Amino acid sequence: MDFWIVLIKIVCALVWFLVLTLYLTWAERKESAVIQDRIGANRASIFGLRMIGLFQPFADAIKMVFKEDFIPPFANRFLHTLAPFLSFFFVAITVCAMPFGDTLNIGGRSISLQVLDLNAGLLFVLAMLSLGIYGIILSGWASRNRFTLLGGIRGAAQLISYEVALGLSLIGIVMVYPSLRLQDIVFFQGQNLFGWLPRWGVLLQPLGFVVFFLAALAETKRVPFDLPEGESEIIGFFTEYGGLKWGMFMMTDFMEIIIVSCLATTLFFGGWQVPWMGSDGFHFPWGGAWLLPHGLVVLFQLLAFNIKVVFFCWLQILIRWTYPRYRYDQLMDLGWKVLIPLSLLNIIGTGLVMGFLK
Amino acid sequence: MIEALGYFIEILKGALITARHFIVNMVFHILKVIGIKTKRKGAVTIQYPEQRKELARRHRSLHRLTKREDGKPRCVSCMLCVTVCPSECITVEASEDPDPEIQKVPAKFIIDLSRCCFCGFCVEACPEDAIRMDTNIIEASEYARGDLYYDLSKLLK
Repeated sequence: MDFWIVLIKIVCALVWFLVLTLYLTWAERKESAVIQDRIGANRASIFGLRMIGLFQPFADAIKMVFKEDFIPPFANRFLHTLAPFLSFFFVAITVCAMPFGDTLNIGGRSISLQVLDLNAGLLFVLAMLSLGIYGIILSGWASRNRFTLLGGIRGAAQLISYEVALGLSLIGIVMVYPSLRLQDIVFFQGQNLFGWLPRWGVLLQPLGFVVFFLAALAETKRVPFDLPEGESEIIGFFTEYGGLKWGMFMMTDFMEIIIVSCLATTLFFGGWQVPWMGSDGFHFPWGGAWLLPHGLVVLFQLLAFNIKVVFFCWLQILIRWTYPRYRYDQLMDLGWKVLIPLSLLNIIGTGLVMGFLK
Repeated sequence: MIEALGYFIEILKGALITARHFIVNMVFHILKVIGIKTKRKGAVTIQYPEQRKELARRHRSLHRLTKREDGKPRCVSCMLCVTVCPSECITVEASEDPDPEIQKVPAKFIIDLSRCCFCGFCVEACPEDAIRMDTNIIEASEYARGDLYYDLSKLLK
């Protein structure tokens, strides 16, 4: 029975992840269109039913599946094929550490709404996210094309300058909520500050959040920081890919957006916590309570998590369609000279405040 | 440091501008979906094959040859359009007309649309008002390249 529960959880998490990824491609096109006073992709139809372009991701998928699977004759066949799968795998596996909600009590069992409850969940997610760079370096290397290699190297350089700031900015969070288990971090955020303000990470670690968000944006390799890829003019690491393999790189980008949104939600915006909602319903700080059955509480938690994640996805797409690309040296400057000192400052400041409050 | 903070504020302002565009346009889109008519629209897009923008009165669209009352082309094969055409896409071959008032008619009048740049000089040059660009046809496309040689039968339509 336990086996089946785990299996169902894995399937549910993956389906959630892939469907959200698929529709994020649609959302990106539509959101950019609305920002630029356009309409966006709305022609894909099934029997004349257009549904504001909701079938567009399927049309894209069909197109990519039926394209030629081309491997350049000068490329290394094995590594060239392996690279997109590596980059896809390392992102797809991170979703299993994300807490979607508290426990669900059903039929005398309590099921944790998280695929894999790791003690070091935060470290696991960070490790897997940074392993994803191997797919990029490998694709640049195995294509045996100088420009893709340069793209891969740019990706690696960018990753090194941001991974440090990303890790350091999260140390503040680990200090405030003394745990690396993502579920614990979310539990701690359920308490209230001064009795009425939700104890969310962004209120305790505002500087940490800014540094984390900037570094995480660089991690997704999208527009203000899209040096490895540079789809409009400089040539990126997946130049020699086409069809479904290219699609996997593109999907990896969108999956990284979702993972970054999940992380931002879990660490800084209370995860699945709804303000003032406990395990039995709302307890308002001005007195009074609104008790809810268990199923509704779990539903609210899932909804809260999803709404927060979708909001951050929206924010990242907005950022992608607002800013021009950073130059290479500006990017390095931002990483090494601004974000890392700021994150160190954040650690010292957090330590001092915690020491005084003790 | 203060300068850097200024940049940061400008960056935030940029995001607020795009966010404002998103929210305002989204409000108008939603109003349209629930059936409330507004003067302003959420998007400036013209959905082309279904909706068309009205062409300007002086718009230079596909050429046509004008006719006399009896249906013959007004063209007298004076070759002015051939001379003035900058992309050299007009071919005219003259033949004799039985009417001494007219003297010449085109036996062949071919416009190679694959070369035409729609400058309208032929229309300006024509002394007989025999060629005009007022058909309002803007999709002059064909499946084969050879079909883009428009001859008398197509131009006189």
